[in-house]
Amino acid sequence: MLDRAPQDDPATETRPVAFRGGGFMPATGRASGWIALMLVIALWQFAGSAGWVNPLFLPPPSAIAVAIYKLAMSGALWQHVSASAVRIGSGWVLGTIAGVIVGFGIGLSTLARGVGITFISALFPIPKIALLPLLILWLGIGEEPKIATIALGVFFSTAISVYSGVDAVPRNLIRMAQSFNVPFHAIVRRVIWPGALPSILAGFRITASVALLLVVSAEMIGAQFGIGAFVLQAGNLMQTDQLLAGVVVLSLFGLAVGKAINVLEAKLLHWR
Amino acid sequence: MDLIADHISHRFGALEVLDRVSFTVASGEVVAVVGPSGCGKSTLLSILGGLLRPSEGKSELRGAPPAGSLNPLTFVFQDFALLPWCTVEANVEFPLAHTALDVATRRTVVDDALRRTGLSDFRGAYPKQLSGGMRQRVGIARALAVRPAILLMDEPLSALDSQTRELLMEDFIRLLADGAMGAVYVTHNLEEAVRLADRIVVLSRRPGRVREIVEIPLTRAERGEIDARGKLLALQNDLWSLIREEAIDAEREVQHA
Repeated sequence: MLDRAPQDDPATETRPVAFRGGGFMPATGRASGWIALMLVIALWQFAGSAGWVNPLFLPPPSAIAVAIYKLAMSGALWQHVSASAVRIGSGWVLGTIAGVIVGFGIGLSTLARGVGITFISALFPIPKIALLPLLILWLGIGEEPKIATIALGVFFSTAISVYSGVDAVPRNLIRMAQSFNVPFHAIVRRVIWPGALPSILAGFRITASVALLLVVSAEMIGAQFGIGAFVLQAGNLMQTDQLLAGVVVLSLFGLAVGKAINVLEAKLLHWR
Repeated sequence: MDLIADHISHRFGALEVLDRVSFTVASGEVVAVVGPSGCGKSTLLSILGGLLRPSEGKSELRGAPPAGSLNPLTFVFQDFALLPWCTVEANVEFPLAHTALDVATRRTVVDDALRRTGLSDFRGAYPKQLSGGMRQRVGIARALAVRPAILLMDEPLSALDSQTRELLMEDFIRLLADGAMGAVYVTHNLEEAVRLADRIVVLSRRPGRVREIVEIPLTRAERGEIDARGKLLALQNDLWSLIREEAIDAEREVQHA
């Protein structure tokens, strides 16, 4: 007597269950990104060297690298970068301080919420660069109107991310603190501030790019030094290698800020 | 110190949640509050603990709190309510930071609370690193640190698996055994109620009214004995027959809401 059924009997034949759970879980692989970037740069370089594209319209990466090197050696790069960095730094700090204060006010006070959200809803959609001419009239033609434009742009996004963060703090944690008679200021410092921090830091990422956008725009409108002014001048003189050198510097600046925020998040939000 | 629910009624807008609920929790007594879903058990606890203002009636304390009590009415929350950015130790110390205790005393109190809840080896861990049962132990340690007169426990075991529930129930029985602390224990689990409580307040479906107050005729020590199991089960069945019809109605109401 056979102890196994014949192989071709569908009633007893065993077959593996087909796997259906694949996909929808993209992994973060860095290597593929770097390889793709290198390939694009290599293709770009090759197209330039082979004469496929006019270097006046699109200079090859090597020409941009040489332009950056020359700018660095002449000291012009530092002059432009430092001018932009001072404007971004001052505007961002001012806008952030004001935004955090107003954001917490809106998050914690009924009166401030009523007034603040109305004003923010009305003023937030205005492209802040459109206010630069008015700010020049008010503050003169120096650094102040540029810094004020950046501060205004940073302020609104910060205020929104702060009060959204305060709103997102789990109410049960606040109730818990109240149930232990923890005073208001301590609840703000020890419960609401750390609870809102993820949203605040996410806001920093947005405001850093807003500040970069506004500094370039403001410098293109009226500045002698600064990356925006440098890019505009290079464009006017058809020095596209210099123009793209400025764009690369801006990109590196944005990357550096993004990395700094990553470090800040890793340090402050390690508990997540 | 006694806690008195004095004709407490509450409405959320047009929705009447509680209707003239009155009972007293005597010093060292454990009172469970049970009732169908949505009968206002948790709302009642929030009102008793001063976290919610009742529409009518009041929550009152009678007598002096025990010596050294920093927060006579202390909550233990269903969802633990731990600060995720603080370690176990910092969570337990959190309510002490704004008291008159000096640093050395605070440390002693925290050490004692961690020891009593078996958390001494986990003091540096963050809540996300702990299991649900351990997180609730942190919640209990935090409550013990302020030396409460009455614990206000809002379904403290309902977010936990059955084995962890059993272990924590044993902890509760042990912590409440000496009668130094009383408790109001809100639960939908009748087995927990009959094992832990001295009296059980049965609420009707919404608006919650006191339907019956059931005395448990066994001491908590007696309830651990094998002979008591039959009696406890009978009590549990009596309670269930009291609320079953209303629980079905409440369930239908929730489905149609």
